[in-house]
Amino acid sequence: MAKNKDILKSKTKYRSIWADIIGVTATFVIFILPFYFVVVNAAKSTEDSFRLNMAWPKHWMLWHNMKKVVSDYHWHILKSTYNSFIITIFSVAALVIISGMTGFVIHRKRNRVSSVANVLVLTALVIPPAIVPTIWVLQKIHLYKTLIGMIAIEVAYGLAFAILIFRNFIATIPKEIDEAAIVDGCTGWNLYFRIIFPLLKPVTITIGIIATAGIFNDFTNPLYYLPGEDNATLQQTLFSYVSRYSTQYNYLFSDILYITAFPLLAFIFFNKRIVAGMTAGSIKG
Amino acid sequence: MAKKKGIKSPYSNSLLVPSATLYMILFFVPTILSLFFSLTRWTLQSWQFIGIDNFKLYFSEENLRIGFRNTIIYAVVTSGLKVIIALYLANFLSTKLRATGFMRSVMFFPTLVSTIGVGITFSILLDPYEGVVNHGIKIVAALVGKTTDGPGWLVDPNLLPILSVAFVDVWKGVGIATLIYIAGIAAIPRDYYEASSIDGASARQQFYKVTVPLVRPAMFSVIILSFVGGLRSFDLIWAMTGGGPGFISDVVASINYKQYTSGYYGLSTAGNVILFVFVTVLVFPLSRFLNKKEVVI
Repeated sequence: MAKNKDILKSKTKYRSIWADIIGVTATFVIFILPFYFVVVNAAKSTEDSFRLNMAWPKHWMLWHNMKKVVSDYHWHILKSTYNSFIITIFSVAALVIISGMTGFVIHRKRNRVSSVANVLVLTALVIPPAIVPTIWVLQKIHLYKTLIGMIAIEVAYGLAFAILIFRNFIATIPKEIDEAAIVDGCTGWNLYFRIIFPLLKPVTITIGIIATAGIFNDFTNPLYYLPGEDNATLQQTLFSYVSRYSTQYNYLFSDILYITAFPLLAFIFFNKRIVAGMTAGSIKG
Repeated sequence: MAKKKGIKSPYSNSLLVPSATLYMILFFVPTILSLFFSLTRWTLQSWQFIGIDNFKLYFSEENLRIGFRNTIIYAVVTSGLKVIIALYLANFLSTKLRATGFMRSVMFFPTLVSTIGVGITFSILLDPYEGVVNHGIKIVAALVGKTTDGPGWLVDPNLLPILSVAFVDVWKGVGIATLIYIAGIAAIPRDYYEASSIDGASARQQFYKVTVPLVRPAMFSVIILSFVGGLRSFDLIWAMTGGGPGFISDVVASINYKQYTSGYYGLSTAGNVILFVFVTVLVFPLSRFLNKKEVVI
């Protein structure tokens, strides 16, 4: 970050206020207008939203539309909110814990196990999962169409990326730290959880954020592994509302807004941390 | 056990057990099984061995060939655009601007929101008759004295639907690519810029002669991540066009899903194996090629 700031300083004289103005305008048109479109249309009456334009709503009906969307179909969306939260929270927690452990052992042990593991990690990063056979396996172990099964899948599919980032970060932690702990008799699980894991906080946050966004917004995996009305996650619900609200755009956009609200809130509160963490965590192999 | 402790490695293999178990049961075993089940007619309860008939069927159908073509186009267009656009954006955002933080954050936000939500929103914005985009085009055309209906973004009978989805994918994913580049640019030693500016290099020359060559590691991450993502992508296409009109914008992943919902489990698994081979054949040589060219800072 310090280096970054140095580069910035040296170029200060080349940039005028125009770069700012053009940049901010372009950002508004390209990235903010679509969100503005969603918000104003979510706040319109059904007839008003039918025109699908960017105009300000005649009557601001956002609260009314939201209530309707949330209570519709016997409060179905609350059930799917619950499913989404359970899946996201448990799989992200499990993912950061077990992939950190794995990254640690793979990096520190220089033997056959770790080289095989490295290959498996890279393979899993690239190869698409075999979907129908996975359903078959889940059926055999009685986890198909269950939240636990879904959590296990999200963790299994998230492992490769998380292990890779953890491993690269652990490479920057001096081995002397482990050795000092080992001399004091701290080995195995204790060594990892008492000494190393606390040092991984920045990268744990980064991976936690990426995984939370990925799993919360995951549509494809629940589509295959968690079918059924009662099991629907928020993304499934949103998708099925497209046909239900096909002519009532205000409700459709309210639904999109409801689902986007969670990442939006997280983003507003943790904005600095997210972008800084992302920049810090994604560097260097 | 207590006596053995002295020789035992302090890095216990048991730390690997949870991830290895999940990986084996839910990823490795199904991948191996898919090689077998792709050769069967399969109902999930019973199977019947039919040799390579599934693969023959897959390649003989016109629609499935379109799926292949689209998968390649989609992956190349999305990763190509992300690699180039994000590089310029990152360079722009690495300079001293008052609004850098704001622009970085806003650009990154689409990464965090629902792909399905983005897909639905853009499919409405791109509607050929009612969509805001075509309304805008008509207004601009009227200003310069022309009349046009605007393109049929998602309903065009040619390549436009898959390209439109690819553009939306770029819109959504360019923020994360930009952040990877920004991190890469921040890691370039400051001396190179100092030395080159003493030699009288302009900002543009610094960009092409210093930043671009030295940001290569970040560039390769962006290429590989977005290319693999593009080859496997399903949800945005499914939300925006559903593979339509007809089968014009189907990709391999969406064809596999359609076979799955129709109960052709063996055929869908064959499609999965094809995608698997396809990705492997394209990505591993690409990554080896890129690694060879890597420069050491």
